[in-house]
This record gives sequence, structure tokens and C-alpha cells, in this order.
Amino acid sequence: MTGLSGPFTWGAAPYAGHRTGLVTAVCAVAVLIVGVAGLVAGSSDLTLADALRTLVGAGSPPQQLIVLELRLPRVAAGLTVGAALGLAGALTQTFARNPLATPDILGVTSGAGLGAVAAIVLAGGSYSLTSAVLGLGLPVAATLGASVTALVVYGLAWRDGVDSYRLVLIGIGATAAIGGLTSFLIARAQITEAAAASQWLVGSLSGVSWPSVRPVLLALVVVAPVALAQGPDLDAGMLGDDVAAGLGVAIQRHRLLVLGCAVALTAAAVSASGPIGFVAFVAPQIAQGLAHRARPPLLASALVGSVVVTGGDAFARSVLPGEIPVGIITVAVGAPYLIWLLLHNTERKDMA
Amino acid sequence: MTDDSTPSLAAIGATLAYDRHVVFDGIDLEIRRGEVTTLIGANGCGKSTLLRAFGRLLAPTRGRIELDGRPMASLPTRAVARRLALLPQKPLTPSATSVRELVSRGRHPHQSLLHPWTPDDARAVTQALAATGISDLADRDAASLSGGQLQRAWIALVLAQDTPMVLLDEPTTFLDLNHQVELLRMVRRINRQRGTTVVMVLHDLSLAARYADRLVAIASGRVVADGSPWDVLTPATLRNAFDLEAAVIADPYTGSPLVVPTEPDGPGAPAGSEAVPSRTGQSTRPGQSTQAGQQVRLG
Repeated sequence: MTGLSGPFTWGAAPYAGHRTGLVTAVCAVAVLIVGVAGLVAGSSDLTLADALRTLVGAGSPPQQLIVLELRLPRVAAGLTVGAALGLAGALTQTFARNPLATPDILGVTSGAGLGAVAAIVLAGGSYSLTSAVLGLGLPVAATLGASVTALVVYGLAWRDGVDSYRLVLIGIGATAAIGGLTSFLIARAQITEAAAASQWLVGSLSGVSWPSVRPVLLALVVVAPVALAQGPDLDAGMLGDDVAAGLGVAIQRHRLLVLGCAVALTAAAVSASGPIGFVAFVAPQIAQGLAHRARPPLLASALVGSVVVTGGDAFARSVLPGEIPVGIITVAVGAPYLIWLLLHNTERKDMA
Repeated sequence: MTDDSTPSLAAIGATLAYDRHVVFDGIDLEIRRGEVTTLIGANGCGKSTLLRAFGRLLAPTRGRIELDGRPMASLPTRAVARRLALLPQKPLTPSATSVRELVSRGRHPHQSLLHPWTPDDARAVTQALAATGISDLADRDAASLSGGQLQRAWIALVLAQDTPMVLLDEPTTFLDLNHQVELLRMVRRINRQRGTTVVMVLHDLSLAARYADRLVAIASGRVVADGSPWDVLTPATLRNAFDLEAAVIADPYTGSPLVVPTEPDGPGAPAGSEAVPSRTGQSTRPGQSTQAGQQVRLG
């Protein structure tokens, strides 16, 4: 505080770059803590020291089974799925300049779900197919479903540019239509597949294995750098399409890239764990609130997503009775937040 | 370098249309370097459309827009952004963004992943803040500024882009008269000091005349008058382009033309049928204006 800059520094906005960096670092630490907690949490009496010792290869065989074979993939899935959803949500919310515009609400998640359910149901009643479906068929089907939905919703919302509220409304319609199709598929399916699909649609990390983590990890490794490189263009886009174009942003290409990244991340996440609701909605908003910025910071949103999913799952395993899927917890937390946002969101209505 | 006589920006047989609605059918217009050119015309005449085409926000369906003698469509948009800055009519003011941060977005075309923020960028932003007189607002939240301050911040963003050419689409809309004058004075000072070529769209004809080197009057998809403010703002042009009966007198302070709408049957209307009084129907030239100015000032 030099005292020279006059009365206007009162209530000054902090310099965004520094604060975002700090928030990102704090989130990274939180991810580490939650990751370890996810290894320890659960029914067996494993201590923190046991878990860490097992991680470096010094545990007893039962400890190795629990930590390395059962919990590690689950934690890895939670971290990657959460990161993918958080990043996807940050991208779509920024792109549409509207916090309601998340993959869940735009229909992308349901599209991925429909693709995945189709893969589960139509794969035939044999369990031998399951691992092949998990490894390849499911992610591909989910990506296909998500991409087609995204293109249809975006195409329908397009009228000389995309109005974010029209995008959201059409997304809600698409979500409803896809929900109907998904129910139809489940109703027509054999009872075992129907049960598997319904259970999967809740969004859960129970029963995930390394093969289902791999596609998400791959999507993150490939897509996250592309998405992060769009950061400056996303900042410019917050000033309106015309200003962004004037600043040298190739708008159409930028839009396609951002949407493509969000679709790929959402599809990968959904194919691994089923649709874990509201993570893509809540995580970027938390990150944005912490960083105090005009848009959700991408990396911090991904990290908050990891914390929410992994933490929610650990919470469900250690505190709540029975095996409650993490998808139910995120919905229980996210839905009230959505209602709150709708009630307090009147000022952002006019974004073109 | 390009020859100075090359027009910096030119529409060449450009047809501009929204969907199937053709606004301009083959328009030619050259913008000269170093001048403040102001496009005027009635609402819906297409002046903003033309400005959008110059700013590559609207691609011509036929013909072309040239920047420094080269077709704009063939240039990378980022390269164009280093030559030409534009301020559209309704920019979105982001939340939780300080004025300095907002202005620093103007450096976008100069940055890349390999060339992030440099001292040059910081200097351009500081200079832009100073040139627009908002240095002491730099740490304020942009959303908390008043209309006049905010518009200065947007101009600062455009200046931070550090381009030889600037397009402004109705930069004074929604501003009080004092802020309109302040803003236009600032734009002209920037033009004089930095040599920045300015093309803008303005509604207020007298202000347009006062702060422009050249006026281009547009009506029904073509240029109806083009030249110095005194050449363009004639009662005949005003009648044709704006459907406005008006006298043009010399601004008592600057000697620039002042458009004074006449009342067909109000006080001061001549007894004769001429809508425009013959005395003022002829434009009063700047040379004759000094005395009138003094009279007004004394009166």
C-alpha cells in the first residue's frame, strides 16, 4: 500500500494471476490429502501409516491387496473422473458465459450415458464381454453419444451466434429426450443388463478397475494441454464475441476446440464411472469463487473436481452406512446449489 | 514498409449482407492514414455494418476489404489484430476483473504460449491507462466504474492493443454530453499524438463534425457525401441522407459545422415556404465564424 494511488485502491480487486496461482496450489495440496484419505477410508482398519507403507511396497500381502488392487484404482478413478468433469464444466461454463451451461445440463452427459447404456445393453447378455466393453466399447460409445448430442444441441441453439440461455434450454430439452431413450433401452433389456445399466447410471466408483481408469487418464493427458492452451482465448471471449474477434481470436475454431475438449472429457469420465452428477457444475464455481475471477480457472476447476469426487467417495465409504454411490452424494450437494444459483442469477441473464 | 499513399483500409466493390438482406451492394471506400474518419447516417443505413466489415466481423459476400493493400480475408486474424483494433457497440464487462486486467486483454494479439507477458506488454497497458486518464482507477473492479469511466477503460483496452488503426462503433452512446465530448477529445488527441488512424461511427452530427477530419455520409447502402465536415454537412445532404431539414451554422468556438434542425412552422421559421431559411441555408464557412462565435460568447 503506497498510499499514493488515491482513494480508488479501496476495495481493489486483487491481481488475478497471483490469486489463481495460490488457489491452484492449495487445491493441489487438497487433492493429495483427499487421495491419501481415499486409500485409508473404508471398512478395513487400515491406518494412514499402513497405507503409505504399502504404497512404497512394504505392506503385508492383505494390505497390498486392499491398497493396490482395490483402493488405488478407485482413488485414481475418482481423481481422474473428477478432474475431467471439473475441467469440462469450466470449459462449457466459460464458453457459454453462463454457470448453468454444464455438460450435465447441455445434454452432453446424458448423451454419453445413452451411448454407454446402449453399449452395456446391446453387448449381449454375457459377462465375458464386460471387460472388452469397459476397455474399448464403452468409452467409444459414450464419446459418440456425447458428440452427437453436443452437435445437435449446439446446432439447434445457433442463430447468428449462440445465446447461452437458448443453449441451456435446448440442452434441458435434449437431456429429457435422451433420458426417455435411455429408459426405453433399459426397459427393453434383459434383467441383468438392465440392472447393471441402472446401477451404472447413478454414477459410482465401486467396482472400477484399472481398465476403466485408462481412457479417462488418456483423455486428460491429451485434452488438458489443449484446453489449458485455450485459456487466453477464453479470457478474451469473456468480453463478448466481437471484442474477442477484434483481439485476434479465431472464434469458430476456438469454439469447436473448447466444445470438443469438453465433450471428450465428459465422455471419458462418464464411461469410467457413469454420470456423476453436478461435479462439472459445482467444481468450476467453487474454483471461480476461490480465485475471484471472471471465469472458472481451468486447472483449479479440475483439481476441485478431483477433490469433490474422491472426497465424496471416501466420505461415503467411511462415514455413511452401506455402500452409497458417490453420484448420489454429489447430486445431494449440487442440486441445492443449482437452486440457489438460479435464485441469485438474475443479473447474468442478458449474456449474448 | 508500405507506401504512405496506400490507403490503410479499403472496401473494394464490397457487398455486405446479413443472411439475404443486402446492406451494401458493391461499396467502395478508402480510409486514409492518420485521419479521423467518421461514418454518419440515419439509423439502419448500414454505417455499423460497414465498420464491422472493416473490422472483419462481417465478411463481404462479393468484393473485398483490403488492409494495407492486401485482402483482409487472406491475413491471419491475429496479424490483423496487431494492425487494427476495434471497439464494438456492446462489449461485455466481465465480473471480478480489475481495470488493469481488462485493459491488459488488449495485449492478447501480441502474446502467445511461447511469448507470454513481457515488460513491453506492461508498458503498453500503463501507457494506455495514462492516455485515457484512468491510471488512478487501475485497481478498481471494472464492473464498478461509471459509464464514462468504463468507456474510457474500453478505449484503453483498444489502445493497449497498440495498433496503427482503431475502429470505434458508436463509442459515445449512452454517455452524458460532457463524457461524450471528453471521450471524443481524447480520441482526437490520441490521433494527433500517436498518429493513429481512427474510423468511427457517431450519431451526433455536430460532434462528428467537430472531431473528425473527414465525414462519410451513408444512406440506403451507398456513400452520399464524403469529404471535410463542411463539404458533407450541407442542408441538401442532411435532407437526402437523414430526411432532416436543418440549417448548418458555424460552431462559435471551433468553427466546425453545427447542425441546427429547423422547425417547419415554429418560431424563427421564415414566412416563405422554404423549409430551410435562406440565410442559414447556405453553410456559414469557418472563415466567417469567428465573429459569430464571439457574439455568442459575449451574449
